Amino acid sequence: MVSDAVSAPVSKARRAGNGTAYPRYVAGKAGGAVVSLLAVLVTGFFLFRLIPGDPVKTMTGGRPVSAAQLAEYRKQFGLDLPLWEQFTDYCRKALSGDLGMSYQFRTPVIDKITEALPNTLLLTGTAFVLYTTLGMFLGIRSAWRQGRVGDRLNTGLALTLYSVPSFWLGLLLIVVFGVGLGPVPGLFPTGGMESGGEEGFAYVLDVAHHLVLPVITLVAVEYGQTLLVTRSSVLDEMGSDYLTTARAKGLRDDLVRRRHAVPNALLPTVTLVFVNLGRTVAGVILVETVFSWPGLGGLFYQALSVPDLPLVQGLFLFFASAVIIMNTLADLVYPLLDPRVGR
Amino acid sequence: MSPQDQHGTRRSHPRRPRSRSARLMAAVGAAALMFSAGLATPLNPVPQRAEAAQGKKVLTVAVAQSVDSLSPFLAVRLVSTSILRLTYEYLTDYDPGDAHPVPGLATSWRPSADKLTWTYTIRSDAKWSDGQKVTAGDAAWTFNKLMTDEAAATANGSFVTNFSKVTAPSPTQLVIKLKKPQATMTALDVPIVPKHIWKDVKDFSKFNNDKTFPVVGDGPFVLTDYKADSYVRLQANKSFWRGAPKFDELVFRYYKDQDAAVAALRKGEVSFVAGQPALTPAQAASLKGQKNIHVNEGPGRRFYALATNPGARARNGQKFGDGDPSLLDQRVRNALFMAVDRKTLVDKVFQDHAVEGQGYIPPRFSTYFWKPSSSQELSYDPSKAGQLLDQAGYKKNADGRRVGRDGKPLNYRVLCHATDPNDKAVGQYLKEWWGKLGIGMTLDCLDNVTDPWLAGKYDLAFDGWSVNPDPDFVLSIHTCAALPATPKETGATDNFICDKTYDELYAKQLAEYDPARRADIVKQMESRLYDLGYMNVMAYPNAVEAYRTDQIKTIETMPRAAGNIYGQDGYWSWWSAVPADSGSSSGGSSTGVIVGVVAGVVVLAGAGLFLVMRRRTTADDRE
Repeated sequence: MVSDAVSAPVSKARRAGNGTAYPRYVAGKAGGAVVSLLAVLVTGFFLFRLIPGDPVKTMTGGRPVSAAQLAEYRKQFGLDLPLWEQFTDYCRKALSGDLGMSYQFRTPVIDKITEALPNTLLLTGTAFVLYTTLGMFLGIRSAWRQGRVGDRLNTGLALTLYSVPSFWLGLLLIVVFGVGLGPVPGLFPTGGMESGGEEGFAYVLDVAHHLVLPVITLVAVEYGQTLLVTRSSVLDEMGSDYLTTARAKGLRDDLVRRRHAVPNALLPTVTLVFVNLGRTVAGVILVETVFSWPGLGGLFYQALSVPDLPLVQGLFLFFASAVIIMNTLADLVYPLLDPRVGR
Repeated sequence: MSPQDQHGTRRSHPRRPRSRSARLMAAVGAAALMFSAGLATPLNPVPQRAEAAQGKKVLTVAVAQSVDSLSPFLAVRLVSTSILRLTYEYLTDYDPGDAHPVPGLATSWRPSADKLTWTYTIRSDAKWSDGQKVTAGDAAWTFNKLMTDEAAATANGSFVTNFSKVTAPSPTQLVIKLKKPQATMTALDVPIVPKHIWKDVKDFSKFNNDKTFPVVGDGPFVLTDYKADSYVRLQANKSFWRGAPKFDELVFRYYKDQDAAVAALRKGEVSFVAGQPALTPAQAASLKGQKNIHVNEGPGRRFYALATNPGARARNGQKFGDGDPSLLDQRVRNALFMAVDRKTLVDKVFQDHAVEGQGYIPPRFSTYFWKPSSSQELSYDPSKAGQLLDQAGYKKNADGRRVGRDGKPLNYRVLCHATDPNDKAVGQYLKEWWGKLGIGMTLDCLDNVTDPWLAGKYDLAFDGWSVNPDPDFVLSIHTCAALPATPKETGATDNFICDKTYDELYAKQLAEYDPARRADIVKQMESRLYDLGYMNVMAYPNAVEAYRTDQIKTIETMPRAAGNIYGQDGYWSWWSAVPADSGSSSGGSSTGVIVGVVAGVVVLAGAGLFLVMRRRTTADDRE
């Protein structure tokens, strides 16, 4: 078939899951990921011990505390043990899935993470789907109509929003659509994830209502990146011979773009999508702060300010693992999209 | 070749068929619009409206600080201790007028002649929220737990270090025996917990008291719900012995950004905003004069000072750190402070939201407030400061720099908190003023000043403490006993001050049970501290906060005449708050209608767009 012939790279890729090359490739990437994870485990412990500040003194600052109480704090946190003992203890527990107990919240780190993770995923995940879809759609359109008014408008707006500080845009949205400005009524809550006390469907609506402004902020600030990467990779394909062939055989422009140009231009966007997907779990500190969203970004900030060592270590390990796993997945997807990768 | 490819030959109409991607986008767009519309339904009105609909009077307070624990044995943060202050009574409270001790759980108290035994009469009309009576046994159990369980002593252990024995001979009598006299026995800020609930707790270091609600307490409010970094919900305790609060519910709602909290106040989503720790001058100015909003400004409980390193040392006599030795000369310290124009700092940096600093304890604590006499006062006088430096042997060289006998120019490192804009602004003024005196200055602004501070590696530092109605703690941090035992350990000391005269006065005030005589000794301590010149108080920042008058009709400040609302030494504000007449704060119904209309329009627009897009595609494309 003609269409198969002209979209050669992608079509071949679909047939390319053959032989031993791919399993070897997968094993190599998975091995690399495991080594990276171990490196993160070790780095996480020592890196955060370089942060200035005594957790016990920070936590008890401004309160009447006796020397015996300070000693008790250190004993409870295991800070009275030699560093190597703290390290081996940390590694042993981390490898068995125990990330320790938060100093400031007196709660297992894993509980704090699982408490905030769904909130973060709801916010960043919703935003991720929207800004990736929007960015890719507009990026493809822009490239296809390069130089036209629509393209310039799209690229200009995306670049402008991409350079806007998210906290500033968030505050602006709160003032305009949260509080209401002039004829615009305050349609959305000014912050938080829920009003509290709602149940069932009312709760879902309540959370969704709170989600609107932070998601709009994130989408506005983030979609530009996807748009620009997609646009530039589609532009790279624009002069390709196989597109000329596709047009020559009489294919509609829309189909030339969708079936031939876009699939071959996807690789850089896929990288970006997976990197962004890895980042979604880390939360977005500024947006979470402005909208008082109880997510992992805000938790990480609180952990750093003490420093709450088990919590920062746990979160660091978790964030880094997410990025490593997503990057590895991206690596595993490449050969399926383009057989030249992983040969 | 697929049928679609054949139809794709019509290149003369490139924009007409939107095909699958267009449909997909239209569907996503419509879904997003409908999603948004769903979000914008009036089913989720702002909190106070929802609760008003249920006939409840709700007071919503915007807070930013996360709760560390809801266990009174572990909680140390202001937000947590403020909430626990509402749910558990203490033995004594502080009068909202002048902060003198007034009955709490104890109706009266008396020390023995030898000053070593205190007997408290426990009220018989107090009940736990589960209906059981509050007895002296609960108080005795709480104190004994603090004395015997190290984990339980985490937050409040310092209150019982001088206790030798605590007993409850009867349900209304509590007896505390001391190792040595202690004047702070009417300032035991320890939440008394119900023994019948807490005796089952196995490990106090891990029990956060935040899983089972309602939490049994005996304060004016009962803790009924909590979700980390979202809200803390309390209900009025209708059987509170002092009388039920006027609001039915008190909600602490999280706003991590102060500007967002102010926006929420404007909208009416919250009734009160305290600020972190106060509203900024710009926020206060923007709220002043706004309809239905009252900005409350009162004397704060903090002092803002410049601490001088007197040469860090440990209790074992070992010296450490690298404080500039020239600062050991009192004339140099006094000269530095005399070159500081406190009035300008209050006007320009604090923008009039502070009071000029004098003695160590802020003026709101009238019993202990002291200020220097005119002959003692180190008032702003740069020329006299120059003379003092000359006398001390630090004369100006040809370049106009003050040099010591060793020929080295004076240059001080000032430790500042990078997170505090006031530190940076004041630092710039100091640089200018001391520069005119011929003294160089380096401003070291750090996110976390603890390390250089504890190591004594600084010359001067910006310092500040919140003072309690009983000033014992802020006085104790300048005693020799508060120094670290060894250079490697951490002491309770603030900035390594150790002065024999001051220590003698400290011991004397702690053993003095007569309030007036004790206050007199405390003032002597403040005078001594002032003369030493190691703690120079520059200002007392005001408490600046705001509330909605269409939600809160009246609320008690502390001190009553003019004071703060959030973070009081007691539950007076929230307990006394009177709701405004219902209806005045709503406006919710009209907004709800607008929201509903907009939502409907958006849904219809989304659905319409979707249909139009579908119709524009050809029948073949849809097949």
